Amino acid sequence: MNIMTETALESAVNDKMNGTPNETIKMRGRKVCVFYGEKQALFDVDLDVRENQVTALIGPSGCGKSTFLRCLNRMNDTIDSARVAGKITLDDEDIYDPKIDVVELRARVGMVFQKPNPFPKSIFENVAYGPRIHGLARKKGDLDEIVETSLKKAGLFNEVKDRLHEPGTGLSGGQQQRLCIARAIAVSPEVILMDEPCSALDPIATARVEELIDELRQNYTIVIVTHSMQQAARVSQRTAMFHMGYLVEEGETDKMFTNPDDRRTQDYITGRFG
Amino acid sequence: MSLMLVFAAVLAIGAVAFFVGRQRALVQDDGKVKPHSRAHYHGWWAFLLATMPALLLLIVWGVGSNVYLQEHIKSQLPMQTADSPIASEKLAASLTTSLANGLRRLDPQTAANPPASFAELQPQLAARGVALAPDTQDYMIPIAVDANRMQDRLSLIGAILILAVSIGGATLGVSHVQVRARARNNVEKLVLWGLLGASTIAILTTIGIILSLLFQTINFFERVPLTNFFFGTVWDPRFAAAGSGGSEGQFGLIPLLAGTLYIALVAMLVAVPVGLMSAVYMAEYASPRVRAVVKPALELLAGIPTIVYGIFALVTLGPFLRDLSAALAGGTGFIQAQSVFTAGLVMGVMLIPVVSSLSDDIITAVPRAMRDGSLGLGATRSETIKRVILPAALPGIVGAILLTASRAIGETMIVVLAAGVAANLTANPFEAMTTITVKIVNQLTGDLEFNSPQTLVAFALGITLFALTLVMNIFALYIVRKYREQYE
Repeated sequence: MNIMTETALESAVNDKMNGTPNETIKMRGRKVCVFYGEKQALFDVDLDVRENQVTALIGPSGCGKSTFLRCLNRMNDTIDSARVAGKITLDDEDIYDPKIDVVELRARVGMVFQKPNPFPKSIFENVAYGPRIHGLARKKGDLDEIVETSLKKAGLFNEVKDRLHEPGTGLSGGQQQRLCIARAIAVSPEVILMDEPCSALDPIATARVEELIDELRQNYTIVIVTHSMQQAARVSQRTAMFHMGYLVEEGETDKMFTNPDDRRTQDYITGRFG
Repeated sequence: MSLMLVFAAVLAIGAVAFFVGRQRALVQDDGKVKPHSRAHYHGWWAFLLATMPALLLLIVWGVGSNVYLQEHIKSQLPMQTADSPIASEKLAASLTTSLANGLRRLDPQTAANPPASFAELQPQLAARGVALAPDTQDYMIPIAVDANRMQDRLSLIGAILILAVSIGGATLGVSHVQVRARARNNVEKLVLWGLLGASTIAILTTIGIILSLLFQTINFFERVPLTNFFFGTVWDPRFAAAGSGGSEGQFGLIPLLAGTLYIALVAMLVAVPVGLMSAVYMAEYASPRVRAVVKPALELLAGIPTIVYGIFALVTLGPFLRDLSAALAGGTGFIQAQSVFTAGLVMGVMLIPVVSSLSDDIITAVPRAMRDGSLGLGATRSETIKRVILPAALPGIVGAILLTASRAIGETMIVVLAAGVAANLTANPFEAMTTITVKIVNQLTGDLEFNSPQTLVAFALGITLFALTLVMNIFALYIVRKYREQYE
């Protein structure tokens, strides 16, 4: 676990907090429970995700933070044994309502995974994948434009503009992860879920992705799961602490890192967790 | 002493060596010096030293003494001439050997001093259930008795030698046991040689098969020009009439090759789409419970002997298709009972499990991250399969298809029964064509003299088929291997 002095945390937090945050609630989870077969992984989680903010989910391994994240775009549906109870809304619409089309939902709530997973296709095709399946490009030129904008937003365009038609798997780990972010952006989602997006990257690539996350906040709502306390402090405006399947506490990141209400949060973020 | 007894004795000595060696190693370990190898390695090393050289000698001695005995018998037989009652020396020697074996069935007294004439001896042997050729000669009896005596002596000497080697090995192995002795490395080295030997057997067999085909093929091409075989469009081997000079037939490969590839093509057209789709269903859609039932059921198809498929094609599907086409067209049907279509259809069904099981493995091997990535972007399952999973798995699937194709080309029993024997060169799938495998069966099973081109052509066909499937398999393996590297 990362050991961090409280002063370092404080300064990291203060660097990030500027301007008045938008308080519109984009996604709302109420009494969310998740079961994998007989085993319950998440217990009655109430958590709001605010628009144009970065919400960090922290907690020790196996605490349910990734499980909660995967509920937000119903990726748990792909696991046969998983069952979700409770209510999750996106813009006050219940996303588990049978009338909701899960394909449409996932186009609105995109996802970036822990390990960069570009498709074994060219860089261009990787980014164009989403727009193609959703029919976002009317003309041929549209697609080129979407790909270019997405790659630019992901801060990758300058590095790859001369080799758009080379395989995406040939990029470095950090570039691959930014390619995956570009791929997620290309379908113009409203929310982007990131499941430990930097855990497979070196510190320099991590810094690039973190910068990117901060830029993306202007246009997207972001939920990020992370194991790195510094990362949560650096990129997020709000933090939610999970433990053993329960939401321990949730609040503004600077408050969470300087003056948490719960003893467990205090222990965890200072690295004293047993 | 019989071979089995010697063998058992060697194993027993080995077992003793194992326990003694292990015990010795355990006793020597006083806890001061760390032993190099654990005790059981010392035991195994003693076991291997006790058994391996002895068993090797057993094999060599067994083979060697037999060869020696044969030579001994031959040297004692009188010269065979054209007017002696037995035509060849070889035959005389084999008669004597059977006689010697027969004598062993009699009680030792009689066996040592059998009656001098075969006429007297035969009823005694017959009473023991030994049937011998009636032209066994009287002069063979003393030779056979002598041969038996010699065999007894040889096997006794052999047994003593083998047991001596075994005991020597055991002593050596046990005396090797020391705290720092490297028994583990020795055992590992022998295991390596054992494994190497096993894989060599497979390779040597392949080489043996190729050579046995090759020599007969060369023999064939000495009689029939290469162009006749490879570029001939007519298959008409005729019968080898004894002494007729103009019996050379036409051995055109083209119609057979065309039939082979045509039927394989029809089979692949059935097997690939069905097999692939069932693989996709199994890998991507089926719940574990459905998969647990459907997958074995599908693979059961692969367990049906191909001759059964052939029977099905011959008696059920072929006549059905003929009648169906007759009903559709009115009058005579356009599908013959034996046709490319029928054979291909049934062969295709046979190949479905091959395609589906290979592709299923390949599709399942596509990382979950690919699926998640696509589903997370809002792609549906079928879009994910079509645009991400199948392209990612494509090289592997192509490899699987090539492997299947080489099975289709080499398949024999279905086409023997369902495709017909007429070597037509036609593009109409509803007519009978024949394949290379069918012709191999025909040419080898007929009442033909072996040493005629009509029979030898089977070997030329066989080696052609072998080369064809070998190239396809190598190509398929190359593709599959290239694909495997992709996710590393």
